[in-house]
Amino acid sequence: MASPGVVQRVSDWIDHRLPIITFMQHELHEYPTPKNLNYWWNFGSLAGIILVIMIVTGIVLAMHYTPHTNYAFDSVERIMRDVNYGWLIRYVHMNGASMFFIVVYIHIFRGLYYGSYKSPRELLWMLGVVILLLMMATAFMGYVLPWGQMSFWGATVITSLFSAIPLVGDQITTWLWGGFSVDNPTLNRFFSLHYLMPFVIVGVVVLHVVALHTHGSNNPVGIDTKGPQDSIPFHPYYTVKDFFGLGVFLIFSAGFVFFAPNFFGEPDNYIPANPLQTPPHIVPEWYFLPFYAILRAVPDIWFIDAKLAGVVAMFGSIAILFILPWLDTSKVRSARYRPIYKQLFWIFLADCIVLGWVGANPPEGYFVVIGRIATAYYFLHFLVLLPLVGKLERPRPVPTSISEPVLKGGGVRAQPAAAKPMEKA
Amino acid sequence: MASTHEQTAASPHDEGETRRDFLMLAAGAFGAFAAGAAVWPLVSQMNPAADTLAASTTEVDLSPIQEGQSITIAWRGKPVFIRHRTKAEIEQAQAVNVKDLPDPQTDAARVKRAQWLIVVGVCTHLGCVPQGQKAGEVRGQFGGWFCPCHGSAYDTSGRIRLGPAPKNLEVPAYEFLENSILRIG
Repeated sequence: MASPGVVQRVSDWIDHRLPIITFMQHELHEYPTPKNLNYWWNFGSLAGIILVIMIVTGIVLAMHYTPHTNYAFDSVERIMRDVNYGWLIRYVHMNGASMFFIVVYIHIFRGLYYGSYKSPRELLWMLGVVILLLMMATAFMGYVLPWGQMSFWGATVITSLFSAIPLVGDQITTWLWGGFSVDNPTLNRFFSLHYLMPFVIVGVVVLHVVALHTHGSNNPVGIDTKGPQDSIPFHPYYTVKDFFGLGVFLIFSAGFVFFAPNFFGEPDNYIPANPLQTPPHIVPEWYFLPFYAILRAVPDIWFIDAKLAGVVAMFGSIAILFILPWLDTSKVRSARYRPIYKQLFWIFLADCIVLGWVGANPPEGYFVVIGRIATAYYFLHFLVLLPLVGKLERPRPVPTSISEPVLKGGGVRAQPAAAKPMEKA
Repeated sequence: MASTHEQTAASPHDEGETRRDFLMLAAGAFGAFAAGAAVWPLVSQMNPAADTLAASTTEVDLSPIQEGQSITIAWRGKPVFIRHRTKAEIEQAQAVNVKDLPDPQTDAARVKRAQWLIVVGVCTHLGCVPQGQKAGEVRGQFGGWFCPCHGSAYDTSGRIRLGPAPKNLEVPAYEFLENSILRIG
């Protein structure tokens, strides 16, 4: 063997002591990935990229932001008008939150459709739910920082949720506020935590990816890879596919950033916070709307008042995802082979959209009734339909290998044929 | 191009230029450009913002400053020394043999009107503010300013004469407007 070059020798020296290069080679290059992943599998890496974009733009914004009730709103306006490219960086960060939730919700529904939460990926799924909760907390606190009317009243409403806790509710709320209302101490701690949480998310994402790489990605067919003929190396096949998806997604995001930067926002948040005046119609950001609808839907239940019941139902609607792997009793992962579950999936998706629509509207008239029905169905889906359907449904025959539905004969014999097209002149 | 194409078709693994190389280079170049365009705003945002730049000139009324007096004003967050020099100080500054100075500069090159010396009050060594503005402060052996940090001594033209500082005190851009108003910046 010829003597290796300088680069090779330096990287060998490092790798012998810190096997980072071998690690990257394993996890990003060779990493065997099912060969039948469709574009719904792009959204995991997209979410990771958006997390990085949010952290970078956030660190930059923190260089110009002042976390004080007297200066916060003005410092944000200064970012918009005076700081070089401040408008761009803030709009990327602001719309980035919405993009993050779009991507993560698609990622979650992908998991629901193809049964990605089932054994042996229960912990992978649960870590994902933890990430969702952390994202929600981070997004909420970030929305408070510009100290507009929606920031202030959103903060007031959400922190007041904790006052529903029996006996110690008021003490907990006072503790969260650091005073007797949302004020400067609240803003300061929200800024501190908003800066911290994304790094906690990074930590959980690392665990999420470790869990993912232990058993590899699920796939549209929902059966395990049976051998090397069922998988392809991550690089270049999925790096290039992820990059293509990233390009399309960046165009989509840039459309909002440059042409409709306030599309997802509320105009009221450009009015400085006024603790003496609540806006007439107050709604959370769009990604919280379904949960907001659940919060408002629940009436008094026996001895539990509506306030506590609503809070329990809202947190319960996310907490229930933690036990989803055990609620779904079907052995078949992919909805492709589950004729009844497939329909339930679409009904459930529609139910979530209805909840979002109800959440965006004032709780009056028929919205109350629709909200209650949709909330009841949400829990019915998880607690009754999934366990029952798993037992009663008769799944369609699952293919014997990933290759079978694509290449007749399971792909093993078809392999040499794949090299043929090269001869085409 | 035709010959390249035939070559590619004949032996896809042959060394040489292929369409794939072209695509790789084009995509790579575009990716590098896009990365640069994305990073540029993140770097640029650390430069002075528009409101900071707007505050970069300041005006001062010279009429109350008597001969022999000095005042210090803030300009861009730094002190600016304005000294109404006496005849003796001006003569002292002009009498120096320029060739002997560490940073040779004539007094005439450092002032627009001989009685007004305007310099940035930041020592050119490591950024301390030299003493000598107030009556009673040490002015060093050349009658100008003396930096307490590392002992640099400046003369009545703000030129470095002794000590570790490499340069004369900086003369900011300034202009005399009507009615004894001075604009700095």
